[in-house]
Amino acid sequence: MSYVGQPPGKPAEQTVSASGAVLAESHAGAHTISRRWLLFNAGIALNGIVGVVLAVPVVRYLLAPWKKDSSYDSWVSLGATDAFPVGDTRLAFYKNPSSNPWDGQTDNVACYVRRESSDQFRVFAVNCAHLGCPVRWFPQSQLFMCPCHGGVYYADGSRASGPPERGLFTYSWKIASGQLQIDAGQMPTLSNTAKLVKISIGHGDCSCSG
Amino acid sequence: MQRIKQTAIRIYGWLELRLQLEGPVKDAALHPVPRNTASWWYVFGSAAFTLLFLQIFTGILLALVYVPSAGEAWNSLNILNHQIPLGWFLRAMHGWGSNFMVAIVLIHMAQVFLFGAYKFPRELTWILGVFLLLMTLGMAFTGQVLRFDQDAYWGLGIGASIMSRVPFIGGGLVHLLLGGPIISGPTLSRFFALHVFVIPGTLLLFVFLHVWMVLKLGINEWPMPGRLVQRSTYIQEYHQLAHEDGIPFVPGAFWKDLIFSGAVLAAVAVCAFVFGPFGPGGQPDPSIIQTVPKPDFFFLWIYTVLSYLPPAMETPFILIVPLLGIAFLLALPFWAAEGEKSWHRRPVALLAVSTIAVCWGVLTHLGATTPWSPHMSAWSSDPIPVRYLQSATPLVRQGAAVFQAKQCRNCHSIGGAGGERGPALDEVATTMTIDQLRFKVVTGGGNMPAYGKNLSPAEIEAVVRFLETLHPANEPPAYDASRRAVETSQAVDRAPKPANRNAAP
Repeated sequence: MSYVGQPPGKPAEQTVSASGAVLAESHAGAHTISRRWLLFNAGIALNGIVGVVLAVPVVRYLLAPWKKDSSYDSWVSLGATDAFPVGDTRLAFYKNPSSNPWDGQTDNVACYVRRESSDQFRVFAVNCAHLGCPVRWFPQSQLFMCPCHGGVYYADGSRASGPPERGLFTYSWKIASGQLQIDAGQMPTLSNTAKLVKISIGHGDCSCSG
Repeated sequence: MQRIKQTAIRIYGWLELRLQLEGPVKDAALHPVPRNTASWWYVFGSAAFTLLFLQIFTGILLALVYVPSAGEAWNSLNILNHQIPLGWFLRAMHGWGSNFMVAIVLIHMAQVFLFGAYKFPRELTWILGVFLLLMTLGMAFTGQVLRFDQDAYWGLGIGASIMSRVPFIGGGLVHLLLGGPIISGPTLSRFFALHVFVIPGTLLLFVFLHVWMVLKLGINEWPMPGRLVQRSTYIQEYHQLAHEDGIPFVPGAFWKDLIFSGAVLAAVAVCAFVFGPFGPGGQPDPSIIQTVPKPDFFFLWIYTVLSYLPPAMETPFILIVPLLGIAFLLALPFWAAEGEKSWHRRPVALLAVSTIAVCWGVLTHLGATTPWSPHMSAWSSDPIPVRYLQSATPLVRQGAAVFQAKQCRNCHSIGGAGGERGPALDEVATTMTIDQLRFKVVTGGGNMPAYGKNLSPAEIEAVVRFLETLHPANEPPAYDASRRAVETSQAVDRAPKPANRNAAP
């Protein structure tokens, strides 16, 4: 912004009378520097600086939940390994480790535990890999079925039919002092997978194995 | 009586000296509008305005009792329903008000589009309107979440899963949406802030600007075929139309707005009284797996689209199509700012609106009936109809038992009961031979899982034999011609040979 007329920074030397100053302003318009306009611009600049300084904590507050998945995860126990018979898929529950006192029932998270052998487990999230609805296990047909859009998975979690693009999400697990533990805390989605699982569109094996 | 009237006039004068609103209000009320804009086709915008204030009013009343805490929201909703006098009615007004709001906003948009009201000089009015539509849908979604039950909980999960498909920043966006790693206290709090403070504030600002522009630019005149919009001449022509053949807005055109708005309010009240409030449904406890989440009616079409999209197309479709749609709507007034306004001369516009309306209706209807969802308890509810097993061998009966126990009925119906995900199997034997049935059961294909690993060979044989009996009595089952030839030759081999005349007696 360029100014014509009196040089900046010397308000004390303006000897023009009040009415003259008004006249000068009204004749020369906003391009004439005057003490008033200078102070006005200084006020805008001050508010701008304060605004920028205030914006930092505000933006930080707004973006606070944006964290790496692992910072939300920790190891939680699903109970004794004896509670999970070999070859079965059972529903297990845990309280989400990242919780607030007013969460109510939303901290009761469920997961499916499949014990493949005495020391091998697979823990699936109940969230369908399509859009997150809770899948249901049917032991008779050994299938997981999702009620929302019809996704179906085999017992090993691989996709059997429907809109899901991948198999069920799984959790990392470990056995610690007789308890089955999983690394959990983050709701699994396509971007926040609990653990990477190869995408498989399996058709199951033929039963004629002999 | 005279003294009261005098006092009232003096009070009015006192206020008017200070507020000085009489001028602008009179201008707005009495400004001339073209005569044929006093039409019933023009009432939907004001009805949406009325509904907005109904929602704000009922929303404030509900907020006096509702607790936006993940732990207590469900309880407070039930207290509103059952313990607060007429709390159920207030909830019903707010819920039905939102349904009517979405419907009226869509009708208003279609009417404005077909009347060419987005053309010069009302392009900005249209653009603000597009944002108002998006904000209305945003209010509908956030409002649905505040009714914090199982549908809301899992619906939020679906929203988060959609967010997660954004490349690179998807994970972070999920955290922002949920206010944390899972659906919990902070999630409901931020949806409350969005639904009560952020979106309504923006809505009111945009509505004010939208209505301001309608007043300043004048209501869209009734489109006449052949009367083209041209930037150079329009404003003058409109001014002529309004002033030479105009009537004052109040009461000339406004009486229809009044009556329709009143009727809409009454309709909301009647629906609220007769049908009652929506939910809340089951408790928002994620450990309750036995649930079939569904959105409110205005999102059923998305529900259907997400079910029918092939897996590979899902992410690109979700990310790109809505953006393209919105971009098209925003760009519309710029590439079609001039020309014909009347729908009589705009076949593409008319065709587009009817196609979209029919598609939306069909998708919504499908979303209400959800034929793609397995019926989770079909396998343990209706038995196989007796007539299918009356002359069945033990193997066939065993097959029927396998069919029932292995959840086949969840997707396939027999005798009219069962799922609709797969085809009904009452006549499957007429379309598939026994070998094809065996192959299909073992390997699946299409949307059917493979059962080869989940059924023993004996179970497969039994169920296939059962399926082979499923044909109408007067139609034979499908038969493989090559099998017939083999069996004919086997029959010939096994048939008793005619006695050899030359053999010794």
